Amino acid sequence: MDLRFTGEEQAFRAEVRAFIRAHLPAGFSQKLKQGRKLTRDEQTEWTRILHAKGWSAPHWPVEWGGTGWDPVKQMIFRDEIQQFPAPELLSFGVSMVGPVIYTFGSEAQKKRFLPRILTLEDWWCQGFSEPGAGSDLAALKTRATREGEHYILDGQKTWTTLAQHADWIFVLARTDPAAKKQQGISFLLVDMKSLGVTLRPIEMIDGSHEINEIFFDSVRVPVENLVGEENKGWDYAKFLLGNERHGQARIGLVKARLRRIRELAAGVPDGGRPLLENHTFRRKLAALEIQAKALEMTLFRVVADERDHEKGKPNPATSILKIRGSELQQATTELLMEVIGPAACLHHDDAGPEGYDWARGSMASYFNLRKLSIYGGSNEIQRTIIAKQILGL
Amino acid sequence: MDFTLTEEQQLLKDSVTRFLGDTYDFAARTTILATPEGQSAAVWAGFADLGLLGLPFSETDGGFGGGAVEIMLVMEAMGRALVVEPYLAEIVLTGAILRHAASVEQRAALIPALAAGECRMAFAHADPEARWHLAHVGTHAARVRGGYKITGEKVHVPFGAQAHRLIVSARTSGLIGARTGIGLFLVEADAPGVTRIEHRTQDGARIADITLSDVFVPDEAVLGDTAGALPAIERAYDEVIAALASEAFGVMDEAVSMTVEYLKTRQQFGVAIGSFQALQHRAAEMFVVLEEARSMAAYATMALSETDAAARSCAISAVKAHIACAARFIGQQAIQLHGGIGVTMEYKVGHLFKRLTVIEQQFGDRDHHLDLLANAESLLESL
Ligand SMILES: Cc1cc2nc3c(=O)[nH]c(=O)nc-3n(C[C@H](O)[C@H](O)[C@H](O)COP(=O)(O)OP(=O)(O)OC[C@H]3O[C@@H](n4cnc5c(N)ncnc54)[C@H](O)[C@@H]3O)c2cc1C
Repeated sequence: MDLRFTGEEQAFRAEVRAFIRAHLPAGFSQKLKQGRKLTRDEQTEWTRILHAKGWSAPHWPVEWGGTGWDPVKQMIFRDEIQQFPAPELLSFGVSMVGPVIYTFGSEAQKKRFLPRILTLEDWWCQGFSEPGAGSDLAALKTRATREGEHYILDGQKTWTTLAQHADWIFVLARTDPAAKKQQGISFLLVDMKSLGVTLRPIEMIDGSHEINEIFFDSVRVPVENLVGEENKGWDYAKFLLGNERHGQARIGLVKARLRRIRELAAGVPDGGRPLLENHTFRRKLAALEIQAKALEMTLFRVVADERDHEKGKPNPATSILKIRGSELQQATTELLMEVIGPAACLHHDDAGPEGYDWARGSMASYFNLRKLSIYGGSNEIQRTIIAKQILGL
Repeated sequence: MDFTLTEEQQLLKDSVTRFLGDTYDFAARTTILATPEGQSAAVWAGFADLGLLGLPFSETDGGFGGGAVEIMLVMEAMGRALVVEPYLAEIVLTGAILRHAASVEQRAALIPALAAGECRMAFAHADPEARWHLAHVGTHAARVRGGYKITGEKVHVPFGAQAHRLIVSARTSGLIGARTGIGLFLVEADAPGVTRIEHRTQDGARIADITLSDVFVPDEAVLGDTAGALPAIERAYDEVIAALASEAFGVMDEAVSMTVEYLKTRQQFGVAIGSFQALQHRAAEMFVVLEEARSMAAYATMALSETDAAARSCAISAVKAHIACAARFIGQQAIQLHGGIGVTMEYKVGHLFKRLTVIEQQFGDRDHHLDLLANAESLLESL
């Protein structure tokens, strides 16, 4: 057992960091630090910079544009991106639908869609959840009825992240209404420009436009856009959801935020002294740093396990990463807000004097990141997975 | 020991609740927030008609002689309805400054107009560097013939940009942070040398950053002792924190009710999600925390009649630290148990959560008050 990174891994980390420093467009990092969103063009620009280096889909098979990095290197890459911070790759294409397509899709689908994901020529979004099907995803009602060479798609999806930018959406739809819950669902690729697709923005509590409702009204989807077999969509969805083994911890973001907190606290006045000299505050910061370390070591174990063993079934231990990763991100936004103090209450959209730039967005990020324990399988659902699948209760 | 309300108190509670029920549902609030002022003159006039604006002032000053219990009842109702109008800042806080620092003549001149809703007032106290330390006053009042000239910066003054008159704290002597040497000055908001910049806050309220440069204040406009205002300021802040605790309780009560209702109606896996024991226990914990918060709000209300200022302030710090914790837990859980709909703007529970988050910070966060308490006598020995 040796918990240290090898010399090669350390050199790799330095290479990634140097690349980001040299190539990340100006202003992106600052935006991310303030919890602001990149525009579609900015996300695309960065993806193409990574693509030019061959890094826009690190975990993919090399033949489709992947890097061949082992899980440890993939983790280091992600960690460096998050810590910088630089924009993370858009997960819907690279991490969600891409692997489904290269694992279960037809040759034609692979050739058509995969290259366009690498360059973000196609922006994908995820059409799983519905108003009546959240945690209970298999309760979904959207229907696809075969009519000659098309499926006719009817129904509604909701909470669809960044669908306003999307060219394509991958949809779970019921193709066999007679079959029970998980059976009779198919995985369809739908062009957002199709006739009968409408989108309604949902405003989030921080005022941002991040999520949407999508309505399908007799949308014609060519049969060639069915992935794999009809009525097997649930299996592909499970593969997709379990695929992201260690991406959930996002420990790099936590470390970056903790550093920012320490930096700010050195300058924030607390009745004549910097807040960083306040013992109560220092203990709190130390406690979060400990939690970050515990999560990071757990992440290392999961990643090493993945490297050392055959890629098998999704590891239920990833639920630990999801629970603690989301909680720790939330806890660090809480502390960030606390450091800033009274100025944290200012609304982030207000022009205001330049003087408040340092405080901008802390409370808004805190509001926004409540989503982390709700989506991607809520933390309650993750605890149920641990109880049932690991503990056998 | 008696926790029951008198007939008049029950009447007050009912009339405020009815008024807000009729005029201040979530849709009405959303409309008010979208106006340029971010508050409603009609609602304020309604408060005046109900006697709420004059409530905490004595009858001889032109008020209705209400006490801490009456304010508690009003604030609870305001919390449930998520009222953005600055009742807390203007009537409770600024009102307390008038009650505790102004002379009889000054009170007679100011309170009737305030109670009628005709003159809007704000208390400008916070220094940019103070965080929440009340004695950290950097604004300076220099003696000149016939009065004072005030220079300095005040931040986060609730609805300060819309007030007609400001009460400004300023240092007449002593170093920043010293307990003596602070005075209170009545400043016309449009006086030469006053600049105000308005900001929105995350809970929909408005605050102002105010710069004063050589603002002349005549001797008649000094409230009380020019060097001994801190005790009155501290007392006013204790009162506003007690009122805030009651508001917080109202907000939390609404959040818990909405959540419990949602658990009963939202179906997943073929059943109401409230049938899952994990969520039942969470809801039960929310209820426990809520009831403790109600107790602490009552404790704060009671503590205000304590004559020993140090004991009173200890009790209030304890309440604020406790309420901040409760507000965070209940706010977060209310969102969590609602799932996706909880993080949307169109649904009230997110706004309750946002108000609770701002409440955590207002007048000192949990750590600030824990620090104050930790440096004082044991709470058990004080009150
Ligand atoms: C910001 C955001 C972005 C999203 N983006 C997307 C997207 O791009 N695409 C997409 O398809 N979906 C997306 N989602 C949807 C997300 O996956 C769902 O919100 C999530 O599955 C929860 O479903 P729900 O919101 O319907 O809540 P519900 O399932 O109704 O849950 C409500 C509460 O009940 C709890 N609960 C439910 N069942 C159980 C149980 N059996 N035991 C214990 N507790 C339970 C939940 O944990 C939660 O606390 C997004 C959601 C959010 C908030």
